[in-house]
Amino acid sequence: MPSLKDLRNRIASVKSTQKITSAMKMVAASRLKRAQEQAESSRPYATRMGRMLASLGAHVPAGASAPPLMRGTGRDDVHLLLVMTSDRGLCGGFNGTLTRETRRRITELTAAGKSVKLFIVGRKGRDNLRRDHADKIVETATDHGSQYGFEVADRIGTRLLEMFEAGDFDVATVIYNRFRSAISQVVTAEQLVPVSLGGAPEAANDDAPPAVMSAASRAVYDFEPAEDQILAELLPRNLAIQIYKALLESQASEHGARMTAMDNATRNAGDMIGKLTLQYNRSRQAAITKELIEIISGAEAL
Amino acid sequence: MAETTEFELVSPERLLMQRPVEMVVLPGGEGNFAAMARHAPMISTLRPGVIEVYEKRPEASEKLFVEGGFVEVTPERCTVLADTVTPVGDLDRARIEQDIRDLGEDLADATTAPERAAATRAMAIARAKLVAVGH
Repeated sequence: MPSLKDLRNRIASVKSTQKITSAMKMVAASRLKRAQEQAESSRPYATRMGRMLASLGAHVPAGASAPPLMRGTGRDDVHLLLVMTSDRGLCGGFNGTLTRETRRRITELTAAGKSVKLFIVGRKGRDNLRRDHADKIVETATDHGSQYGFEVADRIGTRLLEMFEAGDFDVATVIYNRFRSAISQVVTAEQLVPVSLGGAPEAANDDAPPAVMSAASRAVYDFEPAEDQILAELLPRNLAIQIYKALLESQASEHGARMTAMDNATRNAGDMIGKLTLQYNRSRQAAITKELIEIISGAEAL
Repeated sequence: MAETTEFELVSPERLLMQRPVEMVVLPGGEGNFAAMARHAPMISTLRPGVIEVYEKRPEASEKLFVEGGFVEVTPERCTVLADTVTPVGDLDRARIEQDIRDLGEDLADATTAPERAAATRAMAIARAKLVAVGH
């Protein structure tokens, strides 16, 4: 049975923890709002990029003349996984689910006789996967501060291109947490290289009215310079945009996950304080009663 | 009022500008060109240079420096996907000249091919900036 003083200390410490978690929750909530706005405002570019790619893709034959980023290397042996985790912890299952999925994929690919390389964004994923897949990690990008700018995506994209041109991998896939809501994030994998033009995913569902869209893609475009040259410039750009999109999704998910986790932690701390206070009051009451009994029995003995 | 075309300027981070304009002069990959209403549909790359926006001719209402990007022109629209956008007024001649000197050194020091390519690209951008502030 803990003494009254112990209980008081315990209650005080849980209370201060609760203050911290509730502050973290509020910070995460405001960051989440900012991350969502950022994701929102990056959408026009992606939409228009998708539209351009679609109309270009219609003009460029997907044969041997297509740029390597589109055609791929013709092999399927080395898979690069771009894993997007967070730099900081205390965000519930955010990194756990992601690394678990990554592990599953590594096992699956290895079983199929492919070799796997890892490009890890975020400190948490690096620390986690380093434990048993250290040999596969070829590149990491960590410590980006509280908000991703486009230059981060651009840097990762450039690095990826360098590796692709050096023939370091055949297929690149990004694995990230797609933001569905503050309490639900979905681990998503999307293939980055080779690019599939048919699947320019956000081409269909955005702010441009569908009628305008189809008219635009039906129109006969002039290209300056030639189609394949534009495509050769557009594809690396598109790669960076895809990465940027994934980064922003992952960022929003991280803050959402942290918000939920901290909300739970705050609630748990509240429950605990309640329980401890009850226990404290009971033992105080018991102590008082005991003292009274002692006094009374002392008086009776006289 | 002359016919207008819808001009959109988009950077990866956000939509920067969206308004009806009479004409836009663009630094296309193979030479400058002007986009006006009912322009034939085309897609072009942009080289580092200045986009001149004419909300009402003959005065350019806005001059913007872009480091590169893409443009899609349709009869009713002109969409620019730009990498980095700076108003020409914000460019500082002394800074650019300093940059060019620094980049010259970088270029001389560059040993690997990618390093040299990056420095050459940065140099082209800086030179284009200098041209932009020149007039």
